[in-house]
Amino acid sequence: MADETREYDKDTFRTTFLVPVGALIAVVGLAIGLYFLLDRQAAANTAAIFYELFGNDAEAELLRRGSGNTVVPKMLLAGVAMIVGVGGVWLFYWGMNTVVMRLGDRWRGSLLPWVFVGPALILLGIWLVWPVIQTVFLSLTTGDGLANWEWALTNPANHQTYINNVLWLVVGVAGAVGFGLLIAGLVDRVKREALAKTFIFLPLAISLVGASVIWRFVYTWRPPGQPQYGLLNAITEGLGFDPIPWVQTSDFRLNTFALIAILIWLQTGFAMVILSAAIKGVPTEILEAAGLDGASERQKFFKMVVPTIRGSLIMVTITTAIVVLKVFDIVYVMTGGRFNTDVVANNMYIQAFQLFDVGRASVLAVVLFLAVLPMALLNIRNIRKEGMAA
Amino acid sequence: MTAQTGSSGAGVTPNRSVFLTRAPLRFAVIALCLLWSLPTLGIFVSSFRDARDITSTGWWEALLTPFDTAQWTLINYEQVLGSENMANAFINSLIVTIPSTVIPITVASFAAYAFAWMRFPFRGTLFMVVIALLVVPLQMALIPVQQFYTALGLGNTFISVWLAHTAFGLPLAIFLLYNFISQLPSDLFETASIDGATHFQMFTKVVLPLSIPALAAFAIFQFLWVWNDLLVALVYLGGLPDQSVMTLELSRLVGGRGQQWHILTAGAFITMLLPVLVFMLLQRYFVRGILSGSVKG
Repeated sequence: MADETREYDKDTFRTTFLVPVGALIAVVGLAIGLYFLLDRQAAANTAAIFYELFGNDAEAELLRRGSGNTVVPKMLLAGVAMIVGVGGVWLFYWGMNTVVMRLGDRWRGSLLPWVFVGPALILLGIWLVWPVIQTVFLSLTTGDGLANWEWALTNPANHQTYINNVLWLVVGVAGAVGFGLLIAGLVDRVKREALAKTFIFLPLAISLVGASVIWRFVYTWRPPGQPQYGLLNAITEGLGFDPIPWVQTSDFRLNTFALIAILIWLQTGFAMVILSAAIKGVPTEILEAAGLDGASERQKFFKMVVPTIRGSLIMVTITTAIVVLKVFDIVYVMTGGRFNTDVVANNMYIQAFQLFDVGRASVLAVVLFLAVLPMALLNIRNIRKEGMAA
Repeated sequence: MTAQTGSSGAGVTPNRSVFLTRAPLRFAVIALCLLWSLPTLGIFVSSFRDARDITSTGWWEALLTPFDTAQWTLINYEQVLGSENMANAFINSLIVTIPSTVIPITVASFAAYAFAWMRFPFRGTLFMVVIALLVVPLQMALIPVQQFYTALGLGNTFISVWLAHTAFGLPLAIFLLYNFISQLPSDLFETASIDGATHFQMFTKVVLPLSIPALAAFAIFQFLWVWNDLLVALVYLGGLPDQSVMTLELSRLVGGRGQQWHILTAGAFITMLLPVLVFMLLQRYFVRGILSGSVKG
């Protein structure tokens, strides 16, 4: 009996004192943290206090003035960000949950789902739904209204951009998916399969910017007579030709193809992983039966395996297509759109943030959206058809 | 979830191959892997060479005499980390990436749980909207959000980038997590609610621990995506060099030091180090993430 009373007292102590007080402290801490994050100088000032504690007044002074070594303030900022970001979010959910649980059963059932789903919906609403509507609105109303659209559709420079995007689409997707398929089939029969796949897959972890630097090095051109330290031109020269400025030559859109190669190099791994898994799902029985009927390996692969994995093939193709249409980093870093390599995503960036033409930039964004939309719908339809829906 | 057929999956068939017989096949695969790694190898080797060496001889020539230690140097890395902004950029990338990965996971898992196991009006419609948002290109959101930030005075802060990345990553996160959570056996929930557990308790004590593979898969996606992102950083963080992330810094180096390959190669390699490491260690989850919901049967 006595034990039970003690348990009961501990519980009430927790719920009526510890928890609310703890929550209050957490909320206050969070508020301070948020303020800390929003004020630019706050991190530096706090670091300055630490420096002064250790007697380094000179550095403290520098920090307060806004210069000095920013590493310590940065670490502070990062630490606070982590705590506020993670702790804050959890506190919010826990807090809202506690509040809702205190209400009657009736309210609890209908309000709680909104607590769970609310933050996501709010974030999506403000950061995605409203901007989409707003961008369409901007494209039609900024400046001369429909003139933006007219520019997008009739300007010859834009036509070149669209042609480039189509080239990217066709060559990029065919390359990435084609190679992905071939490599998946090839590697399927090898013992160290996982290791081999890692090599092909690795570029996906590299940023597009990093990949651009890597390939820019490969494509480097020096005037004939100087040492060609770019791999491709070294080979070109070795074969007896003059070195070619791959990235600058727009004849036959050579440079665009050179840029597309970078994306293929990166995206093949993605296609390979998905197609490899799909290939492994093909039942061996039919393949063996076909083999008994005298089919060669090549026939087996192209006439039996490939059709069986059609669903995955389509899905990979469409997904890669969407990625390719949105390409920005490669063009931005390699040429900035010059030498006739411009693509819609890059042009949109230039219009918006270098030329500050909101109207034209918005139109280009919508054009990009319209280009991607049919692909996405096709993808959904394909997923439904193959029975892989969520 | 990959399907493995019962007795023997379509896989290693002894002494057969698609196009070639065994030895040429192995040779072809090795050659392929080598070829694929060649560009990366190029900058890796070059990053350890002296600036004049890089521009006077091909990096492949340096490989012919690998033990000639006079030709290797660490000075490029010293320079890139020190006088260039890279060390600072590395910290900035961490500051940007980690909250941008952790926050969406939290928000999305709550939402995915609600979509999967709670009842509320418009549940179906709202979920369709979330899925629809998967296809919206970033570009549609860039300008209005930036105007919104400028109006609130949040331009060029880390918070603006965290929120943007969180919101942009939510559709995929909710999609992946919903797929996973909705496939958990419903008896779990029935027994738990009979025991008097609230949704919150079920979520934290049952669903979350079980969802770790899916959470890990998305975490890696999002980490790599945000770390390697250029556009969002460019637009919302581009103003102050002190806040520059690695991708931004690298793109600036290309613009400003186009031919100084000793800097560029070392810089590029540093930006790649962490994501490649993360990728290599957690490959399994990454692949699982890509495959979940993509291949069935």
